Amino acid sequence: MNRYPLWKYIVILIALALGALYTAPNFYPDSPALQISSAKATIKVEKAMIEQVERVLKEANTSTTGVSFDHNGVQGSIRVRFSNTDLQFKAKTALENGLNADPSKPIYTVSFNQLPNTPAWMQTVRALPMYLGLDLRGGAHFLLKVDTSAVLNKHLSSLQSNVRSTLKDKEIRHAGISRDAESVTVKFRDAEMLKKAKELIGRQMNDVAFAEPAAAPAVDQELSIKMTIKPDALKTLLNDGVKQNISVLSKRVNELGIAEPIIQQQGADRIVVQLPGVLDVAEAKKTIGRTATLQVRLVDQSIVGKTQLDTPVPFGSEMFTVGQSAPEILYKEPIVTGDSITSASAGFDENQNPAVNIELNSDGGRKMGEATRANLGKRMAFVLFERGEGELLQVATIQGLFSNKFRTTGMRDTQAANELSLLLRAGALAAPMEIIEERTIGAQLGAENINKGMHSVMYGFAAIAVFMIVYYMIFGFFSVFALAVNLLLLVGVLSLMQATLTLPGMAAIALALGMAIDANVLINERIREELRAGNTPQHAILQGFDRAWATILDSNVTTFIVGLALLVFGSGPVKAFAIVHCLGILTSIFSAVFVSRGVVNLWYGRKKKLSAISIGQIWKPAD
Amino acid sequence: MELFRIKRDIPFMRNALIFNVISALTFVAAVFFLITKPLHFSVEFTGGTSMEVSYSKPADLEKIRTTIKNLGFQEGQVVPFGKAEDVVIRLPLPKTKQGEVALTEKELNAKITLQNEKVFAGLKAVDADVKLQRTALVGSQVGEELAHDGLMALLFVVIGVMAYLAIRFEWKYAVSAIIANLHDVVIILGFFAFFEWEFDLAVLAAVLAVLGYSVNESVVIFDRIRENFLKMRKASVTEVIDNAITSTISRTVITHGSTQMMVLSMLLFGGPTLHGFAIALTIGILFGIYSSVFVAAAIAMWLGVKREDLLKPVKEKDETDGAVV
Repeated sequence: MNRYPLWKYIVILIALALGALYTAPNFYPDSPALQISSAKATIKVEKAMIEQVERVLKEANTSTTGVSFDHNGVQGSIRVRFSNTDLQFKAKTALENGLNADPSKPIYTVSFNQLPNTPAWMQTVRALPMYLGLDLRGGAHFLLKVDTSAVLNKHLSSLQSNVRSTLKDKEIRHAGISRDAESVTVKFRDAEMLKKAKELIGRQMNDVAFAEPAAAPAVDQELSIKMTIKPDALKTLLNDGVKQNISVLSKRVNELGIAEPIIQQQGADRIVVQLPGVLDVAEAKKTIGRTATLQVRLVDQSIVGKTQLDTPVPFGSEMFTVGQSAPEILYKEPIVTGDSITSASAGFDENQNPAVNIELNSDGGRKMGEATRANLGKRMAFVLFERGEGELLQVATIQGLFSNKFRTTGMRDTQAANELSLLLRAGALAAPMEIIEERTIGAQLGAENINKGMHSVMYGFAAIAVFMIVYYMIFGFFSVFALAVNLLLLVGVLSLMQATLTLPGMAAIALALGMAIDANVLINERIREELRAGNTPQHAILQGFDRAWATILDSNVTTFIVGLALLVFGSGPVKAFAIVHCLGILTSIFSAVFVSRGVVNLWYGRKKKLSAISIGQIWKPAD
Repeated sequence: MELFRIKRDIPFMRNALIFNVISALTFVAAVFFLITKPLHFSVEFTGGTSMEVSYSKPADLEKIRTTIKNLGFQEGQVVPFGKAEDVVIRLPLPKTKQGEVALTEKELNAKITLQNEKVFAGLKAVDADVKLQRTALVGSQVGEELAHDGLMALLFVVIGVMAYLAIRFEWKYAVSAIIANLHDVVIILGFFAFFEWEFDLAVLAAVLAVLGYSVNESVVIFDRIRENFLKMRKASVTEVIDNAITSTISRTVITHGSTQMMVLSMLLFGGPTLHGFAIALTIGILFGIYSSVFVAAAIAMWLGVKREDLLKPVKEKDETDGAVV
């Protein structure tokens, strides 16, 4: 009666094999590696670069054990593995010189890294080791908050100038436009103008809401309309700000050449930045907090023909060698700077070609108007400055007169348009951020924490195993086997999910095992009880498993509710704990009930005339 | 091996009153400690900075304390952390003096960064041997949110567990299980208040885990009560409960013992970071046994659980099937 159909054993075997496959990568040692990433905003590391890297390494006579391309947030990077550190060092110098035309001004950064040494076939099935949290490997953690009021303020200021120019265009006279922290107010002298203006603004600006006057209009109440930004529009604005800051941050972090950084949005206005292995917090903060500036300049018109690197640079101009259509010689004097840009967004022109729409404030619009009038048919360039070095974002021919709203085209595809708008905003509209939480953990402390976590699990497991086997004999052994399967599956699932392992996570693994044994104790006790009541061994096994099942389910559901609560409301270490806790409950139901029953059936199920089972001593009260 | 050789059901419920008085007293004591000695929240909740430094030889706490005081941080705490060489220095958020304009969040955050740098520089000036192991700077708002989220999680657990038990059993069981287990939570908090142990995020996770774990304990007993109501047709409610507890007691002790072995292993090998977590679990497990056996079942009895509550009435078939006028 205690027999499993074949398919159940097959399920168990498959689960075990998968568990082992995905757990195994955690035990491979790391091999030395190099990470190549871009140090410039306009240059991206792409998959095609692998060939170049391989060629450079071949020329330098360095053998690799693998070159791979990886996406690191929005930035790509190439990773090269080596069999020993000597080769790694040699290759670093070779790559730095081979990839960068001028090694003193690197376009690509090459940094030391460590990669798991798992066989290639394992990597193709995504059997990779778990990420280690900062508390286990050391590093810096920052929580940044985007300054909502600054974002709003900037937007209101552009709204103010927009309203002013719109009203001027339609010749609607007003008596002044003012702005406070949350709204823009326009005053009028007569009611007719007010009505006209309200209609016009309502039609043209769809992210604006009219605020009702607070009190009933008094007799001498001035005629005015008060405008606020719609909550939806504000939300989008803030979200865009956060998204943009994330992309700027990933670029900066990429420059630091850090392996496996984490940059994520958290909540409405927060960004988490985790930099494993970084200990110089001051330096990291400086890099993260650096601001870029944008300038729009005219191309020097005295240059005839295509600019070459050796073209002499006239006085009052400078040459830019990095970026799109470089080299290019531009006048030093900018037409407008990033401060004047109020928005830059990707879109399409009338021919459905990708374009970037740019808006300037009224002051910038006036300057741009003057410049385009004088330079029709000439070219102008967008330059992004960072650490005093400029990069050409785009060079475009001025084809018409424009002032505060214009559009630039010539992008390959929409993705290129998106990138350009992002870079333009990076140099103009970066939403100010501040660090609201900061943690650093030394690498040595991290290594100690790994050992502590491992020892906790190991010794706890050993103690439980010894006790269970002594107390329940063969059945105790089955229980321990189920518990080991549980550990294997739990680690396997966590690795498959590419979860980040932290010390609280390890504590949760330990606790999950400590609690999972409950199911087996329930079953074993039930079987003993059935035997005590005088049932035959086979019947006792059947009853024991069946009756314990309802209890196991009930008790696990309540624990699961707790796990969910921690998952929903927890953050940071609590969340890490909760994920493992929840998964641990699921794997333990599978292993404690399904797998252990399978083993028991395999051992005892075939014996038709079973007279006794080894589940420890059964004491019957003498009546 | 067999630990429990129980001949007759142990009359737990006969002494229920005594046990309830004992738990009421522990509960009141815990509440008393919580009121008189507020919980010692970590910087994660309060905002502020914490810094772990290590020396190559045992640290001179007094010297470090004077250094911190001399830097002008009167409220700085200096406590050993795990080993004699390791020290944790905690500083609260800078307070606004009376008459001064309250600092904005931004200024406050800038200030704590500065404060942390100043402290480490000060320590380094006194003893160059000092090494920075770990720092945490938490802004005021983050702390408030954590405290809020913690309470929300607790609420979610209480409602979720009660709803599940009410559906699976009956509301009387839900109420008694949740009272019994919240009583555990309060007692854990009482311990933390009394011994001035630090209450951090890991402890919060442990407290909630204990809540789930000991509800699970009550569920096992309730399950048995339900089964007994079916099986022991002639027995009184008290006898049913006594039998349920007696027949599950060996499982209770063995399970908790096993879990405690794991927790003990964390306590011994997990180092200072897991210490608070393991302590909270230990107290929770010990009181969890007690409260499920003596408190939950007893409250269920006072609430008047009956055989009829759990046996679902068989629905009478509607004779007038179809249209009626």
